[in-house]
Amino acid sequence: MRSRSEDRKFAQRRVRGVVNAGIAVALTVLAVSALFVIVGHIFVNGVGSLNLDFFTKIPKPYGETGGGIAQAILGTLAMLCLAAIIAVPIGVGTAIYIAEIGRGRFAQMVRFAIELLAELPSIVVGVFIWALLVRNITGYSGIAGACALAVIMIPIIARSVEEILKLVPDSLREAALALGTPRWKVVLFIVIPTVLPGMFTGIMLAVARAAGETAPLLLTSLGNAFFNFDMRKPMAAMPLQIYSYAVSPYDDWHKKAWASTLVLIALVAVLSGAVKFFTRRWKHESH
Amino acid sequence: MTIKNLIVRPTTKAVDSGDRLFTTLVGAASSIVVILLLGFIILLVVDSRESIRSFGMGFLTGSKWNPVATEVNHIQFGALPYIFGTVVTSLIALALATPLALGSAIFVSEYAPSWLGKPVAFIIELLVAIPSVAYGIWGLFVLVPIMRNVVEPFLQSTIGKVPVIGALVAGPPFGQDLLTGGVVLAIMILPTILSLSREIIAHVPRLQKEGMLALGATRWEVLSKAVLPYARGGIVGAAMLGLARAIGETMAVTMVIGNSSTKIGASLLTPGYTIASAIANQFTEADSPIYFSAIVELGLVLLIVASVFNIGSRLLIRRLARREGGSHA
Amino acid sequence: MNPIRPLADIVRNRTAPENPSANAGRSITVRSLSAFYGKHKAIEDIDLDIHPGVVTAIIGPSGCGKSTMIRCINRMHEVIAGAYATGSVLLDGEDIYAPDANPVRMRRRIGMVFQKPNPFPTKTVYENVIAGIRLNLPKMTKAGYDEAVEKSLRSVALWDEVKDKLHSSGASLSGGQQQRLCIARAIAIEPEVLLLDEPCSALDPTATLKIEDLLFELKEAYTIVLVTHNMQQAARASDTTAFFLADERHAGHLIEQGPTQDMFMHPKDQRTEDYISGRLG
Repeated sequence: MRSRSEDRKFAQRRVRGVVNAGIAVALTVLAVSALFVIVGHIFVNGVGSLNLDFFTKIPKPYGETGGGIAQAILGTLAMLCLAAIIAVPIGVGTAIYIAEIGRGRFAQMVRFAIELLAELPSIVVGVFIWALLVRNITGYSGIAGACALAVIMIPIIARSVEEILKLVPDSLREAALALGTPRWKVVLFIVIPTVLPGMFTGIMLAVARAAGETAPLLLTSLGNAFFNFDMRKPMAAMPLQIYSYAVSPYDDWHKKAWASTLVLIALVAVLSGAVKFFTRRWKHESH
Repeated sequence: MTIKNLIVRPTTKAVDSGDRLFTTLVGAASSIVVILLLGFIILLVVDSRESIRSFGMGFLTGSKWNPVATEVNHIQFGALPYIFGTVVTSLIALALATPLALGSAIFVSEYAPSWLGKPVAFIIELLVAIPSVAYGIWGLFVLVPIMRNVVEPFLQSTIGKVPVIGALVAGPPFGQDLLTGGVVLAIMILPTILSLSREIIAHVPRLQKEGMLALGATRWEVLSKAVLPYARGGIVGAAMLGLARAIGETMAVTMVIGNSSTKIGASLLTPGYTIASAIANQFTEADSPIYFSAIVELGLVLLIVASVFNIGSRLLIRRLARREGGSHA
Repeated sequence: MNPIRPLADIVRNRTAPENPSANAGRSITVRSLSAFYGKHKAIEDIDLDIHPGVVTAIIGPSGCGKSTMIRCINRMHEVIAGAYATGSVLLDGEDIYAPDANPVRMRRRIGMVFQKPNPFPTKTVYENVIAGIRLNLPKMTKAGYDEAVEKSLRSVALWDEVKDKLHSSGASLSGGQQQRLCIARAIAIEPEVLLLDEPCSALDPTATLKIEDLLFELKEAYTIVLVTHNMQQAARASDTTAFFLADERHAGHLIEQGPTQDMFMHPKDQRTEDYISGRLG
């Protein structure tokens, strides 16, 4: 029953509730501010060094001002393209297999393999390609870099495409199968067309992620200060350029490192933003 | 990572040559994935063989890392300082990130109205999209000076005076040290722990919350006495996943941790290495087969440690999902 | 054969209802209660009288708003996002929906047992029972808690069954035991009212009967409201019955309320008779 001591305790309980709610709010504010602080610094420190030269010229030697990161931008694009060419068929094919066709042991194994691949630390992926390709087969090269990126992209693509395929209602498949359509046509011509935007989304997400990866490229494509169109040679990439500029002793290079980071983040944001935009549009249309 | 069930699609056997080709192609893609994973593990093991044979357990327990043989020293690779650095920075990251992530998860899930909670969670989770090297450069040029000039001296003047614990902040404040490495990692793993914790908290059955509420509990009490205890295992799993990420992180840590000293001491204010940063810094110098093998072994060790926590995390969360499935609201 | 007769027989064959004792619970007076889920009106303009010392059953077909009704009594209805209620519910003369009323404190005075047993799985049987005590009352001695646990478990006829497993998880008991544990947990803080929302729907017949027997004893100390979709249960276990109905045009509303015996043998409203005889719902 109600009593004085209960009242007193309730007052304490209420205070405790308010205090804890306040702590939760404070922690949230701290967490939210982290994003703004970091992006803010990158913007403020980087925006001043953006100019046409930055995008079109290669680095000047040791600390001379001027020049840019054109070769790194190209290198990133080139390796991302090659990585996508490798990763997309494998990732999409695997996703189709586990979502549409596979049943039983092997499919479970594949699913498990995808989960494990997704959790690999990226530096270990770099070590793997380093040991496999760089040491004896390709040397430090854009190809090796692309392979490392592909290994990172495959599980991301496979997972998101699988998720998307799962969203397609079974009734669609059943209707097609009931008409006698062979399985491969059901998948290719009926299921997949309905999820193309979503698939594209998943691929873009993987590309966005790969664009920001540094560690695996460190051990595989190594980096390059000059324009290089031969993927069998070491290749520059934006994250690598940021790293070498940042740890150098030159102030001008530090500024360029900030600017490159800004451009990199913008690239990742655009790729991921395109993702969100498409996902929303697609979800909108299909409901 | 989400809590999901295995769904089986309606399908039929292969009926014509198109089907056979199709099945072969997607089967091949899937096989490549499996082979890739297996090859990955096998290659790492095989290429570390030489190092494992030469140094055995000493690789994990020894502290000397001498790639060059002299008259006095043999070639030795002892990775203990790197392992130490990984453990210390990851634990610091966990200790800092978990309260932040949990507090935010609680706020977003249980206190904030959904028009506020969803955007807030979205913003925090954007942190995961920032590339590692961006954290690195921010850490190097912004955080390190702050740590060196403000935070670390402050810690030294406060905790530094307390006996025993004071040893944690002894020595000159470098700025580029284990502590700063831990701080950067904390920001990086915060979104991971947050998003998983949110999901876990959201999956606590309504019946549990209502049961506590019906006894006359305040909002906080429902949280602390019904929701969080129920979600305990899953939250630990979320933290473990964050830990796994911290262990595997390379660039951001490399850029702020100093990469110089291999001393193993009590102070967090010493520069150090992590396994990942050691690999990143040394691979170009691996000119001898034994050196190469040692680097690969480092990669193998990193893989194993990160995987242990990954798998542990997944098991904990599966266990929670199973229990929740049984006592459904 | 008159389909109402078997039910009437059940009612008649029970021993006559006890006289409510002086300190048995409190009365609840519901006036003009309407409850909404966002824009959807679930129950409309309910006037209901619930007396202490008796078991009041709320019956009706599914979707008629019985659960919503009972959840309004301890202000659990508004816990759902967008849900609210208008009107008044007087607990012993005090309107729990008054603007300055504190729902958290109200709920402590009104115990609730849910459709599915919901013991706290991370707490032991012991800790489950005293969960409400720990929450609301100042700290007691260990002996005090022990005593409270035994008293509660005895009043739900669970003590002998679980006294050796007081420290195993609350979820380790059988379904029927879990539900009795939840009842023990609810009455451990000595509420004034006990609300039971279809407490036996997830239980087997043996467990169900055990709980119905419990209600018979518990009503001496508490005002009991029992929502049930099972008419036989209402006939067996309740002293007063309220019949609710909802349809496409009407939100859930009260059709008829009265002593169970009268309701089942001589229902006043045709719809009541239809429902009881199985023609409706």
